[in-house]
Amino acid sequence: MSSNNDSIKKTVTVALSLCLVCSVVVAAAAVGLKPLQQTNKDLDRKQNILAAADMLDPSRSIDEVFQSIETRLVNFDTGEFATQAELDEAGIDLANYDQKAASKDPATSVALSAEKDIASIKRRANYGIVYLVMNGDDIDRIILPVHGYGLWSTMYGFMALESDFKTVIGFGFYDQAETPGLGGEVDNPVWKGYWKGKEVYNPQGNVALGLVKGAVDAKDPNAKYKVDGLSGATLTSRGVTNLVHYWLGKEGFGPLLANLRGEGA
Amino acid sequence: MSEVKNVLFSPIFSNNPIALQILGICSALAVTSSLSVSLVMAIALTSVTAFSNLFISLIRSQIPSSIRIIVQMIVIASLVIVVDQILKAFAYEISKQLSVFVGLIITNCIVMGRAEAYAMKNGPVMSFVDGIGNGLGYSIMLLIVAFFRELLGAGKLFGVEVLTTVQNGGWYQPNGLMLLPPSAFFVIGLVIWALRAWQTNQVEAADYTIATNSKMREAM
Repeated sequence: MSSNNDSIKKTVTVALSLCLVCSVVVAAAAVGLKPLQQTNKDLDRKQNILAAADMLDPSRSIDEVFQSIETRLVNFDTGEFATQAELDEAGIDLANYDQKAASKDPATSVALSAEKDIASIKRRANYGIVYLVMNGDDIDRIILPVHGYGLWSTMYGFMALESDFKTVIGFGFYDQAETPGLGGEVDNPVWKGYWKGKEVYNPQGNVALGLVKGAVDAKDPNAKYKVDGLSGATLTSRGVTNLVHYWLGKEGFGPLLANLRGEGA
Repeated sequence: MSEVKNVLFSPIFSNNPIALQILGICSALAVTSSLSVSLVMAIALTSVTAFSNLFISLIRSQIPSSIRIIVQMIVIASLVIVVDQILKAFAYEISKQLSVFVGLIITNCIVMGRAEAYAMKNGPVMSFVDGIGNGLGYSIMLLIVAFFRELLGAGKLFGVEVLTTVQNGGWYQPNGLMLLPPSAFFVIGLVIWALRAWQTNQVEAADYTIATNSKMREAM
């Protein structure tokens, strides 16, 4: 029996049929469970937006709290919120806008030159999503989606700013695949807590916020621009600093925030 | 019946895959910082081991010996992907915490080891039972390690505070080392020591013995 099993014909047949069966099983599981996974992902994203804005309320469901959040699109070139007319012209439906897909399409995004692309994201969509928490007609909190490359993966996260548009309320990632235990500590709640109250812009209006090696000295006059680096994860820490600098700088949400600050003051 | 019992229960203490065979240490270090994550990992590994044993045993008489390891890998890898997809659909939070470790079940020596050592030579039912048994052996070690690490490292069990930590105004100063992977080595080492003190037949023969000191007169 075993000599029969070892013939070339038998070997190829077994290998092919096994691969066929296994691929069908794997594909069926992946496709069949996709809708459920998508729901989980959306819920997780909403939860992270609320967590960054410090608005999680255990007594209310995430969807319920999320209703108080307004989604808007930003035109990165002008630094203004996109008007409905502008969106109609560009053929964008706000409810179904997929920034990830838009940033891959040359028609709806721009390629970044090497010196501009500090966060290693290659292309940036023309329009970016922002989430606003309104208080009457004024913006109470603004939540900015950010992403950039760490050590292994592109990290996706949210940064929430106060109504002065420069003080951080919260910061966190919802999708990253950094080394668990080292770079993966970007998900550590204690570390995320360090961001609260930090300031993004220095008096000259440039992005100053970033990670430093080791712990921040509380007596340092610039401590409000510094957050503890992650030990054992230099490249992830650098990636976080870079993505903060990119998205809050003039290529990202910088012009919008400057406009908003100008209006507010 | 007694054979089933033996196959099912002997891996738990008398032939534990982690404590005696020293297999699957990697994930035992990585996922044991909290009990709930360990529990999910244990269930995932037990089901993968059981079903991979079952399927491999079913087709064992058809597997050409020249590609048998590849065939085992394909079966195991497919099962792991299915488990990963199920976790993402039904236990999203935990699947995020386990991240790459579910995928790494593929490389867990216990799964491959049982497929090669048991399922290739025994019937489907017994192979399935063997997979469950070894999964249980792995699970119990994982849970013991996670119990000590979560309790001493965070003062919690299954996320519920047991020892009130200093940060929350209590008395317990948590031991941060216990949350780091190396601490699992200490816990596993202590468990192996306890196990071998109880079941002395697990103690390996010494590779060499130290000669007794030479006598004073001979040395002169």
